[in-house]
Amino acid sequence: MSASVVTPKRSLLDRLPVIHQVRQSVGLQRGMLVVGLVITGVFLLTALFAPLLAPYGYAQLKADGVNFGAQQPPSAEHLLGTTVGGYDVLSRVIWGTQTAFAVMVVAVILSIFAGVILGLISGYIGGWVDRVLVVIADAVFAFPTLLLAIVAAIAISGGQSGFWSGVFAAAISITVVYIPQYFRVIRAETVRIKSEAYVESAKVIGSSTPRIMFRHVFRNATRTLPLLFTLNTSEAVLTLAGLGFLGFGIEPTSAAEWGYDLNRSISDVTSGIWWTSVFPGLAIVLVVLGVTLVGESLNDLADPRLRTRRRASKGAPVLTAETSTVPGGSLDGAVDLSDLETKS
Amino acid sequence: MTRVVDIDQLSVTFATDGGDVAAVKNVSLSVDAGEVLAIVGESGSGKTVTAKSVLGLLPDTAVSRGAIILNGKDVVSLSRAGLRSIRGTDVAMVFQEPSTALNPVYTVGWQIAEGLRAHGKYTTKQARAKAIDILSRVGIPEPEVRVDYYPHQFSGGQKQRVVIAMALVLEPELIVADEPTTALDVTVQAEILDLLRRCRDEFGTAIILITHNMGIVADLADRVAVMYEGNVVEEAPVEQLFDSPQHDYTKRLLAAVPRIGTGAARAQQRSDDRIAGGATQSAPVVIADKLEIEFPGRLGRPGFRAVKGVSFTISPGEVLGLVGESGSGKTTIGRAIGGLTKVTGGSLTVLGHEMRGVRERDFKPVRSDIGFVFQDPASSFNPLLTIAECVAEPLIVHKRAKDAASARSRVNELLEAVQLPRAFGDRYPHELSGGQRQRASLARSLALEPSLLIADEPTSALDVSVQARVLELFTELQKEFGFAALFISHDLAVVDMLSDRIAVLYHGELVEEGNGAEVLGSPQHPYTQRLLASLPVPNPREQAVRREELRALKGAETE
Repeated sequence: MSASVVTPKRSLLDRLPVIHQVRQSVGLQRGMLVVGLVITGVFLLTALFAPLLAPYGYAQLKADGVNFGAQQPPSAEHLLGTTVGGYDVLSRVIWGTQTAFAVMVVAVILSIFAGVILGLISGYIGGWVDRVLVVIADAVFAFPTLLLAIVAAIAISGGQSGFWSGVFAAAISITVVYIPQYFRVIRAETVRIKSEAYVESAKVIGSSTPRIMFRHVFRNATRTLPLLFTLNTSEAVLTLAGLGFLGFGIEPTSAAEWGYDLNRSISDVTSGIWWTSVFPGLAIVLVVLGVTLVGESLNDLADPRLRTRRRASKGAPVLTAETSTVPGGSLDGAVDLSDLETKS
Repeated sequence: MTRVVDIDQLSVTFATDGGDVAAVKNVSLSVDAGEVLAIVGESGSGKTVTAKSVLGLLPDTAVSRGAIILNGKDVVSLSRAGLRSIRGTDVAMVFQEPSTALNPVYTVGWQIAEGLRAHGKYTTKQARAKAIDILSRVGIPEPEVRVDYYPHQFSGGQKQRVVIAMALVLEPELIVADEPTTALDVTVQAEILDLLRRCRDEFGTAIILITHNMGIVADLADRVAVMYEGNVVEEAPVEQLFDSPQHDYTKRLLAAVPRIGTGAARAQQRSDDRIAGGATQSAPVVIADKLEIEFPGRLGRPGFRAVKGVSFTISPGEVLGLVGESGSGKTTIGRAIGGLTKVTGGSLTVLGHEMRGVRERDFKPVRSDIGFVFQDPASSFNPLLTIAECVAEPLIVHKRAKDAASARSRVNELLEAVQLPRAFGDRYPHELSGGQRQRASLARSLALEPSLLIADEPTSALDVSVQARVLELFTELQKEFGFAALFISHDLAVVDMLSDRIAVLYHGELVEEGNGAEVLGSPQHPYTQRLLASLPVPNPREQAVRREELRALKGAETE
């Protein structure tokens, strides 16, 4: 028995959410995660230091009393050229990160709160509340998401607006689309957890329904959320760009928005002016790619069946499979080897 | 005798998140043709891993060293194609859970033919003829019709027969049977063991039988290997092992096996104590009178009656053992007493409250007087709370303590009562072993000093030696706290150890009730007789005699 392991307390560094996963991963999975983290990190830093990084303001048309001029090719003054409206492309791309970040945060926070609470109530209480909510969620699912977002954008802001109202309009229209997703996930988890023995044991103890819902079900049901949330942020960026591209986004004078810039550059493409469309487009692709890579890797790492591990070495192993052969079980921390028995 | 498989110095190492773990260490075993080798051990002892490496069925995270010589080929170093060619023809496997080992969307005939198609050319007709032939040989009635049935149309025991037929169809020299009867009821288990014995005698197949049940070992095995922490600690012919076990671990393992007939004296002693204490005069804590429980059916279909007119009482301080097979309604009765399932007919009075049509608000105060221990220790704790927080829950809910911190001293007392160190309170449930978790579960159910405890198969997920310890603890606690208990189990021997009275359920009806000596000593109902005779005893000679008795009993029933 003495050969068994006392599970060492993990160091603080190891317990931090993302760092723990980086250390846990190997090979391709680690590569994906690190690339995703780097891209996301660059995006966040750019958003944070946009005022320092951008050479001009997002709505600036002239410097020192001289107009930039429209559709100027890349030069020393304008590293990435200017747009058809006479804005500096580089500055618009850098300021655009702020808008994208604001929309991501607002959209995800709004949809998580509403989705989680509705899902919890619907799954745990059940009955007609559940049926009505599920039908509504299904109906929202059945709509084309972009159409729904357009309708919401028009209803909220009349289509065009300033920075915060524009951000909120975009965020709320995205929220409407994403609430059903969170609702579905949380409801399914809640229904599963409801029949777990620990919920039943709380019931036989005599716990009140709110106590069971929030102390026992809530925390266990929301474990998968971080994964869903990283995947949805990337979709939020896409929806925002889609809205902007269709002309329902934020006005260029209120904030820089990549979708709007892409829209304005359509005619440039045929006349050989490539810099107005390539850079905003690249920015969208990179942000979506970075966030998706992080989300996918976290998702794979959270699932022991998808997680790749280093091969066991041919040498003598450090640990010994523990059996509970001391009557009543050993007193040392148990290495959970039950999965060896059940793995087929 | 020809040697079928020779395992030489096998070691298996798994890569896990916590580092490399050695599951099997330098194991050497061999099996001859027509021989049954039983590998016994507790969970984590490496018995399943050893057996699976014979088929090369280990997951990618495993690394094996050593040699497994099967028909002159070394399984450890075989390529994937080589492994495919030996699986089915040289060695086949019978799995633990027949309902998951069969694919629900294909007929059993198709699934049996699948193995044939993988190893040779058969026309549809030939394959079908062969499937029918093998089904009849494993004892499926009307094989010509049944060959086109889907798995859900068979009962659990018949499904296991089909799985065995699939293993036998290519006439392999070796069958690896991984806990083939654990998922089955004890009466069905006896039939499957009979079938495996016939495989050995009629087909001359060698069998590696993996089990933790000493009764099954005594019933079927010729030779036994005892595994402990990845090592074979003892290997002996079956009679020698049971008569004179050499290794300390084997002795402990044998001593921990519950045997029928040990409880009678203890129960007598306790009932004497109770009468002397004058406890029997007070009103019973549970009275069931023609209790009926029906689960609603789907639209337009009648509901399912799980419990049909059951009557019994539990006096204060008395332990009633409820025995029955899966689907007999025993768990449903326990849940109804705990207020988890609605009573639909008759009357059930728990601590003076009528449960039929009871409202949760009225019943809540009574809950502090009822403790509940669940079957699966793995899922009965909220994984995000520490053990101390879990045990403190009932105290907080019933306002005996403000929060987990202020309940801690009481929690410590409780943990000590169930013989867990105080420091375990700060651990999370997954950091405890199954037996420890089940003891913590006992601590939680006793937190409010209930007068009634419902234990739903509390030891069926545990290893034998752990089970023995938990049962002993249960007895001690019952003596100390004096609660009445409903002890639900499918294992007659376990119930016999603990209970003052035993009630036998069969298809939702109570067929027999009485004290241990009455029910187990001279069972009246044919079902109880069959149940008792089907239970394998951990003694090879005695078991051979009992097997004949069971056969006679069955013969008498069919006449």
